[in-house]
Amino acid sequence: MEPLMAYVVGGLFAASIYMILRRSIVKLVIGLILLSNAANLLIFTASGLTRGAPPLIPEGAQFPDPMPAADPLPQALILTAIVIAFGVLAFAVVLINRAYEILGVDDLDLMKETDA
Amino acid sequence: MLLAVLSGFILAIAAPWFFKAFGDRTGWVLAILPAALAVYFGSYIPEVMTGETVVQEVPWIPSLDIELTFFLDGFSLLFAMLITVIGTLVVIYGGGYLKGDKDIPRFYVFILAFMASMLGLVLSDSLISLFVFWELTSITSFMLIGYYHDNAKYRKCAHQSMMVTVGGGLAMMAGLILLMMIVSDPAGAGLQGAEAFSLRAILAVDSGLITGHEFYVPALLLILAGCFTKSAQVPFHFWLPNAMAGPTPVSSYLHSATMVKAGIYLMARLQPGMGGTELWMTLIPIVGATTMFMGMYFALKSTGYKQVLAYSTIMALGVLTMLIGIGTEKAMLAFVAFLLAHAMYKGAFFMIAGIVDHETGTKDLKVLSGLRKKMPITATVAAVVAVSLAGFPPLFGYLGKKMMFETALEAPNVQVYILTLVALTATMGIAVAGLLGVKPFWGEEAETPKPAHEAPLSMLLGPIVLATGSLTFGLAPFFADSALVQAAVTAIWGQETDYYLALWSGFNTAVVMSAVTLVAGLLVYWQWDRVRGVMESLQWLYDHGPEWAYTHGMDRFLPWIAKKQTGIIQNGHLRYYLLTILLTLVTLVGYAFFTRGEITGALSFEVHFYELLVVLVMLTAAFFAASTSSRLGSVAAAGVVGFSVAVVYIFFSAPDLGITQLLVETLTVILLVLVLFRLPEFVSFSTTAARIRDVFVALLVGGMMTALLLATQDVQLYEHDPISHYHIAKSVPEAYGRNIVNVILVDYRTLDTLGEIFVLALAAIGVYAMVKFRKRDERLAAAEASEKEETA
Repeated sequence: MEPLMAYVVGGLFAASIYMILRRSIVKLVIGLILLSNAANLLIFTASGLTRGAPPLIPEGAQFPDPMPAADPLPQALILTAIVIAFGVLAFAVVLINRAYEILGVDDLDLMKETDA
Repeated sequence: MLLAVLSGFILAIAAPWFFKAFGDRTGWVLAILPAALAVYFGSYIPEVMTGETVVQEVPWIPSLDIELTFFLDGFSLLFAMLITVIGTLVVIYGGGYLKGDKDIPRFYVFILAFMASMLGLVLSDSLISLFVFWELTSITSFMLIGYYHDNAKYRKCAHQSMMVTVGGGLAMMAGLILLMMIVSDPAGAGLQGAEAFSLRAILAVDSGLITGHEFYVPALLLILAGCFTKSAQVPFHFWLPNAMAGPTPVSSYLHSATMVKAGIYLMARLQPGMGGTELWMTLIPIVGATTMFMGMYFALKSTGYKQVLAYSTIMALGVLTMLIGIGTEKAMLAFVAFLLAHAMYKGAFFMIAGIVDHETGTKDLKVLSGLRKKMPITATVAAVVAVSLAGFPPLFGYLGKKMMFETALEAPNVQVYILTLVALTATMGIAVAGLLGVKPFWGEEAETPKPAHEAPLSMLLGPIVLATGSLTFGLAPFFADSALVQAAVTAIWGQETDYYLALWSGFNTAVVMSAVTLVAGLLVYWQWDRVRGVMESLQWLYDHGPEWAYTHGMDRFLPWIAKKQTGIIQNGHLRYYLLTILLTLVTLVGYAFFTRGEITGALSFEVHFYELLVVLVMLTAAFFAASTSSRLGSVAAAGVVGFSVAVVYIFFSAPDLGITQLLVETLTVILLVLVLFRLPEFVSFSTTAARIRDVFVALLVGGMMTALLLATQDVQLYEHDPISHYHIAKSVPEAYGRNIVNVILVDYRTLDTLGEIFVLALAAIGVYAMVKFRKRDERLAAAEASEKEETA
């Protein structure tokens, strides 16, 4: 499964990179969403994919069952990343919305000047 | 000795409070320190005379083998005496010269800090600390030249001297590091640790090991770049006349007696180790002789008292450089004698220049005349030092000049060039001495902007002491010879010399040269106006010299480069920044990948049908999101991608991730849909070419990520167990948690989670603020509109 995921991650990156290189700010936001998903999947795949063995320890046991369970550490890191990405996205969306309201343009090339 | 160096810095910091306490007499009070240091160093003369070297080792940064070791041999003692004695006189003189100036405490601060830096420079054994003190003198010099900081022209002069000397200093640092590499080369001298930085250890190395090394030429050229800029050698000489923008005591001390000799000091120090090669004996004498001639030429052409002095200082620095380059035993004696003679007469002359300027209000030599009656003491002193400058017996300057002639006559390389320039310079030197010492004071009395009167004691003390020194050492050369000169020569020549200083050492070519140049020089002095007229007809040439190159470089070329490169690098287009970052990433990672990475075939393509279905949906949605021209469609497709990712998490044993992703994705879609209708429609701004380029870059980055991921699959980076084994094992017994991911978040990596909470809180505050301000802005706009209506 990992090789297939490698191609999927590559595809997601390509789509997101294409979007963040656009001049329209709305497309930039979509690119950001795709980019964070791609990055999370990259880490997830790199740590190895395990089917049906979540890192949970049953009542009364000392170790997860079945062993070996999926690596919990990348999962913890990705969990943090998902939440942060959402925070950044929310901020970006509101910021872009504000910028559009004030400047009246959505072309990044027209947002070069610092004084509006 | 550590205290001797540091005391200057300490007193510098305290100087403003001294000024508050002592007012106009501060100079006299502060001069106690340099005077005490002069006595302290003087007390070492008997010990150093016997060939002893006094050493004090202070560890500074032991982990890097850097020591703050000070050593005192004949040569550093000579410099230390010059620095402290002239320092004493200058501090006193400065108090009189700058009396009533509002910034005078600043003068004291920097002049004392400079003195301490200069002492540190000549006493340092470690090349590292020598370099640090070297740069400190550049910085204090910058502050002192720019003393009259409310004048833009003077600020520019200070800036120029700083750029030139610090630029050379950087080159020198590279050279010193190369030198260190040469001596620590195990195939050669193989010095270890702190020894490799130590001047004494380096000079103890057989010089053949240094000069024969492959780094010798670059090391020498880089070090010389530092020495030449610091000591104002052609073509870097132009900063020195401009440095005269500083107050006269500063010019006298830094830009004549001490700081500009730092380059000379280092060259003389390194001469036993790095000298003796063809490169050394050709390049340095040529540069020195050229500097000497150019300096004297411009001195004769100038009409400002201080300008003449500045150029004649350049001349002296050229002579010293030339003598080091010739590098024979006699040259070293001539070098030390000339150094001492010059420090005394030039220091005195600068102070006289200050007196004349201060008491008459002008320093134009065309105007000044006949001050003898109003300023009898100054006139007498000036006459004495002028005779020394002219190199006329029985003053000490004569000894320096005579030795210089004798050395030039035995120069091994480029002798004709050196001799011609020496003769011409000596001729012009006589005329310049006349201009400085005779013309302003003798002849008809001329009108001056301020009524002339004699200077106060604080200002007269320096010239008198220095003139007396010139006279005493001249009449009784063995006095200077035995006290300082022999020890200094021994220190830089490496062994005791057979030569000694004497006023009369028989009738020889040098005496003839002295006599001929004297007559010719008097002729030039008599016809000064005519000679200057000829010189001025070449003005175009002077206007296009090294200084022209420097100012053009700084004022035109540099801004042009800055503008161009800012236009390219800081272009203000997000996508170009991103392109730069991405392409750099692809290039670097790709390079590493091609040279080191490999993808083995041992990969499992074992895939379940439902998994395949999900990833296909994901890829299709991503492609649709990137290619559709509908806003809603794009947002929905991005949502589909997010949900598919959540499903992948759930398939592969990450339930927590799956749940979080579902939640976040739902919120994202809701947020986007809510804001969507406030945002503009999708518009295509880019050209087709740009789009093709972006597709190409996107595929490149995507391909790289895929390759990377494939390569990581069969690489075991760590020999040890991953840390998550520990997390799993301790989860129940120590953290009392059964969901290990949660245990990691709230227990093992709590601070990370705290940071995450902060980031979210910040984002939330940001969002809140932006929404809030919009309401306020709308209210303000409404209020404005209604106001307008009312007025209408």
